[in-house]
Amino acid sequence: MIPLEINGQTHQVEVSADTPLLWVLRDVLGLTGTKFGCGIAQCGACTVHVDGQAVRSCLLPAGAIKGRKITTIEAVGATPAGAKVQKAWLDLEVIQCGYCQSGQIMSAAALLASTPHPDDSDIDAAMAGNICRCGTYVRIRAAIKKAAGAA
Amino acid sequence: MKKLLIVLILLVLAGAAFAGWIVFGPGPLDFTGGSPVALADYKGPDPSGVPASLKTASPVARGEYLARAADCEACHTVKGGASFAGGLAFKLPFGTLYAPNITPDRETGIGNWSDADFLNAVHKGIARDGTRLYPAFPYAAYTMMSDADALAIKAFLFSLPAVHAPTPPNTFAFPFNQRWLMVFWSAFFNADHRFMPHPDRSPEWNRGAYLAEAMAHCGDCHTPRNLMQALDNRRKFAGAVASGWKAYDITQDKESGIGGWGDDSLAAFLATGHAQGYGTASGPMGEAVDKSLMHLVPQDIKALVAYLRTVPAVSDPALPAPKTAPAPASHREGVAVADARGKAIFAGACAGCHGWTGQSPVLTYATFTGGRAVNDPGARNVAQAIVWGVTREGANGPVVMPAFGQAYSDVEIAAVANYVTARFGAAPSSLTARQVAQIRQQAAQ
Amino acid sequence: MSSARPELSRRTLLKTGAVLLYGFHMPLAQAATAGFAPNAFIRIAGDGKITLIMPQVEMGQGVYTSVAMILAEEMDADFAQVTLEHAPPDEAHYANPMLGMQATGNSNSIRAFWKPLRTAGATARALLVMAAAQQWVVDPASCTTAASQVIHAASGRKLGYGALAARAAGLTPPATVPLKDPAKFTLIGKPLKRLDTPGKVNGQAQYGIDAMPPGVKFATLAASPVFGGKVAHVDDGKARTIPGVRQVVVLDDLVAVVGDHQWAAKKGLDALVITWNEGPGAAIDSAFIWDDIRKASAQKGVVAKAAGDADKALGDGDRLDAAYELPFLAHATMEPLNCTVHVTPGACELWIGTQIIARVQSSVAATLGLSPDKVKVNQHLIGGGFGRRLEPDMAIKAARIAQKVDGPVKVVYTREEDIQHDMYRPVYRDLLSASLKDGRIDGWTHRITGPAIMARFAPPAFQHGIDVDAVDSAVDIPYDIANKRIEYVRREAPLVPTGFWRGVGPNNNVFAIESFIDELAHKAGQDPVAFRLAMLEGTPRLKAVVRQAAKLSGWGGALPARTGRGIAAQISFASFIATVCEAEADENGEVKIRRMVSVVDTGIAVNPDTVIAQLQGGLVFGLTAALHGEITIAKGRVQQSNFNDYRMMRINEVPRIEVHLVKSGEAPGGIGETGTTAGPPSLGNALYAATGIRLRRLPIDRDVLAGRKQA
Ligand code: FES
Ligand code: FES
Repeated sequence: MIPLEINGQTHQVEVSADTPLLWVLRDVLGLTGTKFGCGIAQCGACTVHVDGQAVRSCLLPAGAIKGRKITTIEAVGATPAGAKVQKAWLDLEVIQCGYCQSGQIMSAAALLASTPHPDDSDIDAAMAGNICRCGTYVRIRAAIKKAAGAA
Repeated sequence: MKKLLIVLILLVLAGAAFAGWIVFGPGPLDFTGGSPVALADYKGPDPSGVPASLKTASPVARGEYLARAADCEACHTVKGGASFAGGLAFKLPFGTLYAPNITPDRETGIGNWSDADFLNAVHKGIARDGTRLYPAFPYAAYTMMSDADALAIKAFLFSLPAVHAPTPPNTFAFPFNQRWLMVFWSAFFNADHRFMPHPDRSPEWNRGAYLAEAMAHCGDCHTPRNLMQALDNRRKFAGAVASGWKAYDITQDKESGIGGWGDDSLAAFLATGHAQGYGTASGPMGEAVDKSLMHLVPQDIKALVAYLRTVPAVSDPALPAPKTAPAPASHREGVAVADARGKAIFAGACAGCHGWTGQSPVLTYATFTGGRAVNDPGARNVAQAIVWGVTREGANGPVVMPAFGQAYSDVEIAAVANYVTARFGAAPSSLTARQVAQIRQQAAQ
Repeated sequence: MSSARPELSRRTLLKTGAVLLYGFHMPLAQAATAGFAPNAFIRIAGDGKITLIMPQVEMGQGVYTSVAMILAEEMDADFAQVTLEHAPPDEAHYANPMLGMQATGNSNSIRAFWKPLRTAGATARALLVMAAAQQWVVDPASCTTAASQVIHAASGRKLGYGALAARAAGLTPPATVPLKDPAKFTLIGKPLKRLDTPGKVNGQAQYGIDAMPPGVKFATLAASPVFGGKVAHVDDGKARTIPGVRQVVVLDDLVAVVGDHQWAAKKGLDALVITWNEGPGAAIDSAFIWDDIRKASAQKGVVAKAAGDADKALGDGDRLDAAYELPFLAHATMEPLNCTVHVTPGACELWIGTQIIARVQSSVAATLGLSPDKVKVNQHLIGGGFGRRLEPDMAIKAARIAQKVDGPVKVVYTREEDIQHDMYRPVYRDLLSASLKDGRIDGWTHRITGPAIMARFAPPAFQHGIDVDAVDSAVDIPYDIANKRIEYVRREAPLVPTGFWRGVGPNNNVFAIESFIDELAHKAGQDPVAFRLAMLEGTPRLKAVVRQAAKLSGWGGALPARTGRGIAAQISFASFIATVCEAEADENGEVKIRRMVSVVDTGIAVNPDTVIAQLQGGLVFGLTAALHGEITIAKGRVQQSNFNDYRMMRINEVPRIEVHLVKSGEAPGGIGETGTTAGPPSLGNALYAATGIRLRRLPIDRDVLAGRKQA
């Protein structure tokens, strides 16, 4: 049994310690908002927050995060930065297929939480690890700026 | 005319002296001094064989432990292929050599080999049919292995399923394809005698020396070679390039070597391939850990550490003392690098796993703070890892860094390698695209 | 209702009208009980809730919103009250009129459904008006509608659509209904917020991969790494000891591991020792495939279009020849392939996001030996289609695995399996020849060699040896050329399965043609924009966007060293597009794209913001392919595996992208794929302008651009 604190709730999960958090979230707890894209930390679709930091859950062993606070896309709207990002995303119609967007929003929310007024280089540094196959990048950049402006 | 003759004679003499200096260089344990004795005459606990916990195990189980200690599998197995069935390519300056099949297949393996045949190969580099083996097979080290241990390994190999897998012919050109020439090489460079314990050293040290020299053959990668491709033990363990990767200085030098490491870190690195603050083993060393060292009992690891501690310091002036502090959390801070591409690629392909600090938020293995590779201004191993990726057998299954060589250009790989050394290491590298191209060529498959 | 017959485009070679007309008249039986269902697309409940059934699937192109806008516009429905539902598999009601099957693709959702849906909406409105008029005993003509209400202005009475639903359900629809004057549109043409996005910002959206039927188990699979190979032997000893592994399924050509979660399944799969009978496929590699297609392209092809005397014109004028080549590409949809299946005795239920729901149903039925009505398919949102989900292979494989599993099983491909078992965008080779006379193109021949996807996908569309997709945008080259001949040589790629990929045939043809036109402009010593404009008399809409793109991009203005602008003009999917790319190549051949300007005339843009988004995304998709995309084969295997070696453009590589829409009253064109086809030729032309080196193959070869290697 591994105790995990996810979105303010403690869950006891029965998985081997090496099981990546992604699969615990999706397949064990049914929190399917966090997505699987590559499994090798190359696409960012699986991004969650661990103690507020954007982390790729597809490689993060469940056994390594005891006692740390996990936030997923399902609850990021409750954080100030997350709410701003979600709103900007809708205002600017960033989303196409949407599959990458949980990860994009988690990365963007973490960026805004640590850097309330990011410039292009901050956005590049924080967002380049998130692939969007639909190519929504120009709107992602604009929406982050919009969300920051609303601060 | 006379003058010329004198000059010529002097030249020949100098040449001979130089050749002699090479040929009669020290043996791997000569640094120890003292008076070693034959194994049979040694009064202390037997430094050879398996650890106490396995003393009563079956011959096959003992052989398996020893085969691991000697790291047979790494060379005799091709990626994705059957274990010990050979085929791994060694790209050497004069051609490509393939490791043979050592499963008990009678046709393509060693199923027909007698004990004497096997010992001949392991100790003398002579195959069953009398042909000479190239020293890529480290018989100059294995020659120190006891007969009993070698035969235990044979018993283990013969317990494996026979795999029919012909070994591809090597591609050496003349004169390197003349295997018989190895007679001379062996005469000079293979002492052909078993390990001799040093009674004035501790039993632990003797065990460590046996493991390092007769079994793990550390020197084959870590000791530079002379012109004749023999180990130059004057600079024992001072670091060399093997299979395109740098095998770093593992002498007691405090800056370039491992003199500054704590015993626990050294043991952790050997046993798991990662030590907090010292980075992660990758490339051939990663393989050595996964296939060999990881399987050794803790006392054996301790013994290796005790032995390594006594190897005299030799400084590698190219290697600065590693930077031990993590890089700043913000991408903005840190060393500026001329080629902005390196940072851009790092942000996209690397930061997700390694983090901007170099302390991986995801996997301990991916933390490279303090690691030698990022602290090598030659950046060779960083480039190798980027091009070919790294596959490590972690305690819970494989840990993989993907290979980027196919999709990223030499310019890009050089840029990101230079960014990584600048950001995370003590001194930035200035790898060029041309060097990356060469590194791609050199790697083992 | 015959007025609803959609405009037939050149691509509408499939059966069309019959299915369509039938589909739009028939009310849905089960829906009728819930209130008013004037046709298969609209349901109005007694409480006023309006449900629109989406015949086309949402994969990011915004079609749910645009389709709903079309229906709601003609119905005068209150858009805020509208809810959407995925259409079930039902060719009779939901077949795409342009494709003749229930499929979403070829950038034609709006084109195909424009008139049918307007008619469907208008019919519903007419019935509601009739119902109100009956109730009030007034002339229907005296009633108006707005915001889901029928209004009788004269008496000041109003009735909501919900209140009218029951009565309307009993009425017979009128034979013809008038459609709105586009000038009176209140929704169409407005940049409305998409209906599918709120659930996509908070993790609630349900993609196929998110299906969780009770008791579901998780599986991942490995098919033979060599195409056509079979399983020889599987040693599952180690896999079975992994905690969470439940079952190892071995079929003739694939192996799957079922577990409590995907990780257990994946670890189990990794722990299997599988020996494959690789078969003859193991001998095939990229060099062989290229050799093969080059040989095939030397033969004469079937003439797909001819005018004047091309051979004579080529003999007379100043001649130029070139060969262009495109590689295999994977789709790499962000959502890896997956399908959840529950096989029960005599029936089967599936959960999947697919572009071809009815075909999934029928092919799974055939696989399992069931009749299609025993196969229930639950449609989901799609995490990227790009043509990959026009194929049912993932559903068939999942069903074959599920057949061996007790209870529902979710089969999710690893990214590696997804990339290595794609249906690839085929390799193409284009041989082009042209002659110049008085600074204009006089003779033109274009021979396209490549696989005929249509022949496999929709055999009736493959007539007389011509694949309509493979020659699309080539037979209708927009330039005024008197003497031309366009040929097609069908050559299937040995071994490698091929399929539609965003941009389809025009990807190849627009790249080859627009690059070659650029070559000709330079040969003629003319500015590439002027050269094109002079030959676009026959297509004023294209001419206009070329002019505008040149203007907005600052065409002709000064640029730094090794930087250039390139233009590409195209009519594809009935849209008119001109794109200017500004790019830089350094002396190492490393490329930086600085700016993209696209001007688009797509007729009426139902949701203009969606049109712009599709262009922006499409450009990135095409540029990604031009910069990085190539699937190569060695020993019968795909060599790429994941995003580390099948590279995607990232946010920090993306240039400024400016998309301008031309206001137009013409019928809507297709838009989903146009950006994809526009990116590569405009980039190639920009790089020529920057370096003087012509790239005739994709992806961009940095060695060629740096002059280290011959093109
Ligand atoms: S799934 Fe984790 S980064 Fe792609
Ligand atoms: S919106 Fe489809 S992958 Fe990003």
